[in-house]
Amino acid sequence: MKGYNFAYLDEQTKRMIRRALLKAVAIPGHQVPFGSREMPLPYGWGTGGIQITAAILGASDVLKVIDQGADDTTNAVSIRRFFARTANVATTTRTDEASVIQTRHRIPEKQLNEDQIIVYQVPQPEPLFRLESSRIETKRMHGLADYGLMHVKLYEDIARFGQISISYDYPVMVNGRYLMSPSPIPSFDNPKMHMMPALQLFGAGREKRIYAIPPWTEVRSLDFEDHPFRAINAPDPCGLCGATDSYLDEVVTDDKGGRLFVCSDTDHCAERRAQGHIGADGMRDAAE
Amino acid sequence: MMDTLSPGFGDPVADSQACFRAVLDAMSRPGRVARVAGVVPPAPLGVAAAAVALCLFDHETPIWLDPRADACADWIGFHTGAPRVELDRASFALALSLPDFASLTAGTHESPEQSATIVLQVASIGTGSAFRLSGPGLRTPTVLRVTGLPDDFVARWDANRALFPRGIDLVLCADDRLTALPRGIRIEEG
Repeated sequence: MKGYNFAYLDEQTKRMIRRALLKAVAIPGHQVPFGSREMPLPYGWGTGGIQITAAILGASDVLKVIDQGADDTTNAVSIRRFFARTANVATTTRTDEASVIQTRHRIPEKQLNEDQIIVYQVPQPEPLFRLESSRIETKRMHGLADYGLMHVKLYEDIARFGQISISYDYPVMVNGRYLMSPSPIPSFDNPKMHMMPALQLFGAGREKRIYAIPPWTEVRSLDFEDHPFRAINAPDPCGLCGATDSYLDEVVTDDKGGRLFVCSDTDHCAERRAQGHIGADGMRDAAE
Repeated sequence: MMDTLSPGFGDPVADSQACFRAVLDAMSRPGRVARVAGVVPPAPLGVAAAAVALCLFDHETPIWLDPRADACADWIGFHTGAPRVELDRASFALALSLPDFASLTAGTHESPEQSATIVLQVASIGTGSAFRLSGPGLRTPTVLRVTGLPDDFVARWDANRALFPRGIDLVLCADDRLTALPRGIRIEEG
């Protein structure tokens, strides 16, 4: 794009982000501060993820962007177009065709491979922020690996509600050392982070933090022996493709209590329908 | 005697991106070897060490330059703008033989990212002494062969690794090949 550097950011900024990324990979789960730049869209719209993507992207990359699993919602469309214009990279909606996947709040259903990088948009990188408001204090807790506060919170959930009442942004331990926020992905996606073949990078633009999980790294969702972690999902199969193993969104269809559960991962659902899988509410015509 | 400096990257944006992805890939999958290109380095630097310098050094990163690489000091200074400092204050050490890990800053428990990275040019990667690597980034242990590391490297690395999450990260370069050893990786004589 005329008047802008490749992938929007200047080279000095990219170098700063790249150095932070290397440290983040070397210390899995540790939040590395970085000089987050003002971007041509507001904080909260994925500026952290965009800055990471801009720093890693090359001309031969193929970019996929998803927002809550969907390729066709505002945030995903805007960011995909942003990089198509500023970096002139190829884009795709197919999970297996992408070399870089930027995501807001989901991990694709299809298992990622060794040659892929997934970039998460993170609103709040500090997993302890609801429990301890002081950054100085939480930094010290990470330094000492003192995560008792989070265990108490989970215990109190069980005492009060009979179960751990976190359905998204469910805290994980990375490589047995750092407590980490997986970003607001549903806890359904947490097990996918464990021993993932792809490199996972996390960017929080407003909070100015970058962190990472190298491939094949242990990622454990916090739990107790007598209250093991379990992923929560809707009980029904996908209404359009009939999938029973994907994360489902609930869609209100009328004012008489009508509900439709559909795959949150639009690429996964479309691929299944193209293969001939039809759910209870799926239209045969639309699939063909 | 030549009074002119050789140029930096031929295509600064694309070449530094390609070099960064090679380093990122090596840091994510320790021991993975990548090739880089795009620069004609001044002696005694090889292509990989020079490319890593251009890719990661700038005025924000004080560097320590091995005195035996003095001949390329002007080149590094001109192309990166990185100030040259003593070993204990450096963000990066560009070395031709492995410096003592303890003489570099390893960060603090609260800010382990404020540690130095050694860019070490060795004689060869892919041949020589075998090292068995395991840890994050590796599904199964892998073997890395390097010529040019000190005989007591494994013991010195163990002491560095014991500091985790503090510690020094290592980028190894030989000719146009590079690989990386992040601080948390386990290294045994292979």
